[in-house]
Amino acid sequence: MSQDTQFWKWPEYRHTEPEKDWTTASIITAGIDIGSVGSKVAIMLDGELYAYSVIRTGGVSEATSVKATEWALKETGLQKEKIHYVVGTGYGRVNVPFADRTITEIACHARGAHYVYGPAVRTVLDVGGQDCKAIRCDEKGKVLSFLMNDKCAAGTGRGLEVFADLIGIPIQNLGEVSLQVEKDPPPVSNTCVVFAKAESLALLRQGWSKEKVAAAYHAAMADRIADLLARVGIEKEFVITGGVSKNDGIVERLTRILKIQPLAPNMDPILAGAIGAALFAKALQEKRLGLR
Amino acid sequence: MKAHYGYKNGSGDFFIVIDTDRCNGCDDCVQACPQNVLELIENEFDIEGDKMAAVKDNHRKKLKYSCGPCKPIAHTKKIPCVQACKKEAITHSW
Repeated sequence: MSQDTQFWKWPEYRHTEPEKDWTTASIITAGIDIGSVGSKVAIMLDGELYAYSVIRTGGVSEATSVKATEWALKETGLQKEKIHYVVGTGYGRVNVPFADRTITEIACHARGAHYVYGPAVRTVLDVGGQDCKAIRCDEKGKVLSFLMNDKCAAGTGRGLEVFADLIGIPIQNLGEVSLQVEKDPPPVSNTCVVFAKAESLALLRQGWSKEKVAAAYHAAMADRIADLLARVGIEKEFVITGGVSKNDGIVERLTRILKIQPLAPNMDPILAGAIGAALFAKALQEKRLGLR
Repeated sequence: MKAHYGYKNGSGDFFIVIDTDRCNGCDDCVQACPQNVLELIENEFDIEGDKMAAVKDNHRKKLKYSCGPCKPIAHTKKIPCVQACKKEAITHSW
């Protein structure tokens, strides 16, 4: 048992905007998005992103939320007690002990996508770790229609983790590998992660290359996600947020199926939920101070 | 806002769609539902939220079965929740 690489384990990271200074900011807010797989914290100064961290959600959401926040604030000199308003969101939003309020991740994603991609955004597809959300919003980032599929992990990040583990390719490189085929093979089952994994295994046994099996798996996921999106409808501009938006294999196949090019992000799209929460926190703090 | 509660699986689409712009939080649908599927919640999609009807969390993943008993009459007359809603805010996808 010498091989112990865990291919599903994506790297955690953090960042601080070096030119911004929290001591001169009038409203400091935090958005804490505890997802099923990843936890994201965005710290904002007067509505501008200042620092963030992205870590894997552990078994205890309370501990994860504290750890992620402290890591985001590391080396900034800012303590979490000095943040004026904290909004918790995501799957584990009720488990953020220091949150002033919780808001559903659907509203946060729409608001966050609006900030990350600009006001032209009308359709947001958030493909997260354990669910998939299709959201339609207006020019102010307000939700007009949404649909969430959290009954099954097919077509989500968790499915990719399982697959990465099966074929032994780090999850960050999966998308790229899946695109190394001339033509997509027929997709595997898209109704269940376990069935899809079993089918992929069978294909590997038949002698298919890893690239070809990866293509079949990604095609199945893209089909499933596109299906879900069809129910709420799709309108330009279209964006993809959440962890799976980093997988080019999925994004490219979705573009092919939907015949609509998603906008390219100018910051990390995984943060959309946390940024949205921090923006709501700013609005709530202004309300508390009587500014609006 | 149109809130879609439910899921899609191998056997079909099972969504209850609640139009929160029409829903006035009157509680009529909650009272009308014989299966106790609906509830009133704070509208947490908006920071100025009012009450809105929603599908209970424990029914969201089994709507096909939760709403099953009402379905046989669906082709002849409106089912109880849809009928109770004066604002026509509720629709079923199946």
